[in-house]
Amino acid sequence: MTEPRIGVVVFPGSQDDRDAAWALGALGAEPVMVWHADEELPALDAVLLPGGFSYGDYLRCGAIARFSPAMRAVTAFAADGGLVLGICNGFQILCEAGLLPGVLRPNESLQFICRDVTLIVEQAETPFTGRCRAGQELVIPVKHGEGAYHRSPDLSDEQIVVRYAAGDNPNGSEDDIAGVSNEDGNVFGLMPHPEHAVDPLLGPADGALILASLVDSARERLYARA
Amino acid sequence: MRAVVLVRPKAGILDPQGEAVETSLKHLGFAVGEARVGKVIDLELTAEDEAAARAAIERMCEQLLANPLIESYEIEVAATE
Repeated sequence: MTEPRIGVVVFPGSQDDRDAAWALGALGAEPVMVWHADEELPALDAVLLPGGFSYGDYLRCGAIARFSPAMRAVTAFAADGGLVLGICNGFQILCEAGLLPGVLRPNESLQFICRDVTLIVEQAETPFTGRCRAGQELVIPVKHGEGAYHRSPDLSDEQIVVRYAAGDNPNGSEDDIAGVSNEDGNVFGLMPHPEHAVDPLLGPADGALILASLVDSARERLYARA
Repeated sequence: MRAVVLVRPKAGILDPQGEAVETSLKHLGFAVGEARVGKVIDLELTAEDEAAARAAIERMCEQLLANPLIESYEIEVAATE
């Protein structure tokens, strides 16, 4: 009973849910799939919102998903201090739901971008970056058409957790922002895909540092719950 | 009752779609200045009168149809026959 349980929410149109579940399992967590229509979450130590195109990305990315029953439960989970990680479309959903500040807009180039990018860890003291050093470079892939981050006026610099390295901003994000947390630090979203960079067989494995940090933090929650 | 909601990228917000349209129009030889691309949402709704319809649509815009951080909206309620 030392495996923390991390929920992976599956929306219609999610596509990285299984990769995320595989990665969490490989890093010592027990992934628990949560269907978007579920009104209550099972007992969980953290929640992950995966990448994809939930509800076809109609209207705006993430705009429809935030009204799903599971998202109401995730909002309550986050309000209680629960750990929530949003990757790509998950990040877009968290922004639309108001759990994270700002919004993701179409890439400056208008092109879908799929390649490795270099990130700089700005904040290493978060539940999602505990295994990283401040200033550390991580190579993790992005794959999105709408990842240009637009800041909201209430975003403080301490909430910028990861940036694209100078000259490696793929999408026109303001201030090279790749991922932000909420004010309390228990909700984090980023456009790059750590779950696609876990097994060195497939390329860079730096994404494991972010997901293993989440597993560490979820394990602490599990011990506190026990 | 019928209404039209126009959703536009706010002034100052980068609009790559608008820029692409502007460039393409210029390539076609049209003398255009800035182009911006937004959305049109045609709505059919039941409301007591125009004011009630307008109030309801404003709530729709705030909650779903527009993202107030980057988009502005305009509501046109069609005159009832």
